[in-house]
Amino acid sequence: MIEIDKISKLYDGVAAVDEVSMTVDTATITVIVGTSGSGKTTLLRMINRLVEPTSGEVRINGKSTHSVSKTDLRRRIGYAIQGHGLFPHYTVARNIAIVPTLLGWSSEKIADRVDELLSLFALEPDQYRDRFPAELSGGQLQRVGVARALASRPDLLLMDEPFGALDPIIRAQAQIDLRRIQQALGSTIMLVTHDMEEAMQLGDRVAVMDQGRLVQYGTPAEIIQKPATEFVVNMVGGVDRSLRLLSLFPVSDFVEEGSAEGESVEANTSLRDALSICLWTGRDALPVVQDGSLLGRVTLDAIRKRAAIS
Amino acid sequence: MKKNVIKWSTIVRVLLVVLLISLVVMPTWFSWAFKPFAPENGPIIYERASLLSLSLSHLGLVALASIAATLVAVSLAILVTRPSGSAFLPLSRTITNMGQTFPPVAVLALAVPALGFGTGPTLVALFLYGLLPIFENAITGFSTLPPATMEAARGLGLSRWQRLIRVEIPLALPVILTGVRLSVVIALGTATIGSTVAAKTLGEVIIAGLLTNNTAYVLQGGLIVGLFAVLIYDALVQLEALLLAKYSISND
Ligand SMILES: Nc1ncnc2c1ncn2[C@@H]1O[C@H](COP(=O)(O)OP(=O)(O)OP(=O)(O)O)[C@@H](O)[C@H]1O
Ligand SMILES: [Mg+2]
Repeated sequence: MIEIDKISKLYDGVAAVDEVSMTVDTATITVIVGTSGSGKTTLLRMINRLVEPTSGEVRINGKSTHSVSKTDLRRRIGYAIQGHGLFPHYTVARNIAIVPTLLGWSSEKIADRVDELLSLFALEPDQYRDRFPAELSGGQLQRVGVARALASRPDLLLMDEPFGALDPIIRAQAQIDLRRIQQALGSTIMLVTHDMEEAMQLGDRVAVMDQGRLVQYGTPAEIIQKPATEFVVNMVGGVDRSLRLLSLFPVSDFVEEGSAEGESVEANTSLRDALSICLWTGRDALPVVQDGSLLGRVTLDAIRKRAAIS
Repeated sequence: MKKNVIKWSTIVRVLLVVLLISLVVMPTWFSWAFKPFAPENGPIIYERASLLSLSLSHLGLVALASIAATLVAVSLAILVTRPSGSAFLPLSRTITNMGQTFPPVAVLALAVPALGFGTGPTLVALFLYGLLPIFENAITGFSTLPPATMEAARGLGLSRWQRLIRVEIPLALPVILTGVRLSVVIALGTATIGSTVAAKTLGEVIIAGLLTNNTAYVLQGGLIVGLFAVLIYDALVQLEALLLAKYSISND
């Protein structure tokens, strides 16, 4: 069990993470979701002390993360990031073996673990063990990155937008794989994403962050049925069925007169993309252009109405 | 096609090595070639000291100075690329740049009163001259490491020292080696000037040629130094290519 207890991080007096408390159960996936700059990465990095909290505490199975050294703590916590971060000068096997080697495992035990993980991630050990990262595809690199994070059977696996760099099809497969592997190993995972759909799909529980605060923490169903704030409504407003619906309409069908601030979108942009741009950039309306001339604007309200009709 | 190219370069390399060795060990074989450049009835082949011992001492000086310059420049680069040392980056750049703008002859002239004639001042000059290219390249190497890899190294629980030894130095090595290569080639040429303060180098042959108007000497000395430079440069290029291929860094 991971207990995050009133943890805050201030940068120059401004809270990147503001008194966040939450409890994560063992053998579950918790997804932290929120817009850019909402403090997701900072929250995650405070757990393995890549960022030192300004105040508050994290306890893993009852023990404060400050009761051990940073390096010991990190070797007990898996860490996988966007862009995998594999060591380019290490083979796949050596990359996966990094933490077990630091922990002083015997070489037979390490070799067995490497092969076990490669098989688990559908990478034929004989074929991939001795390759260098430059000889793998994007999806394979990402899988090796996650395998490396799991190598020492960590108490907890932290993942920061692990699928961010993958194209949608590989991404969907990677999510399915992660679920399967998490269930097989019984791992506890905390994963950061800004994609609400990914959060709904993967999370046993979802934590929604807004401007450094944890605004809602619950199961995906709770989040959709009882969104705690307007912000959560916006975040989940378009998810799933409605989102798929929205992707069918171009914004040109919903243009209205008026102006809007910021970068404009093309008339053939889908409502779904326009919605995510609104949420991502925190705007209520976007200017719409066609062939370089301004058509008008599309508003967040109009998009939400269209999504609600279904 | 590609195979042919490789074969060709290997053949050229072997020929150059053979030529160099025979020039150094059996200089008399080449009397016929240098004769047209020697003065009437004058000596053709330099015989006041064996070319072999001059070559060895020349290479030894260069190796010693380059090793020292590499150790100092790389250590400095490591220090100033740590968060705690970044304040010293401009200062250390200025110092190494100064080392480079000083003409070697001036370094020799200044060093002789302090260190006397011979090997000492030459070593100092070569060392100072070697610092800058290695330092600059090492800085580049250590400050352009892939950020995701460094983040992962920290997140996986490698200590500072482990990150330096296992990740940063290996990844920066090809770039550092480029600096070492430049510096070694400069040193091979600059070492000839050491003979003006009585260091034992191949410069002795060239200077003797200049003093006695014997172009044959100048050519012999120049040719040997040139061949060493070309072959050593080439060997270091091969080494870098080998490292890069091994790490397969080309991907990102
Ligand atoms: N080292 C730092 N120094 C100062 N401010 C920082 C630092 N790291 C993060 N911040 C600020 O803290 C806030 C939260 O950043 P964080 O990286 O946690 O956001 P995020 O939710 O992960 O965003 P994204 O989805 O874009 O990755 C941002 O406003 C950011 O500018
Ligand atoms: Mg982030």
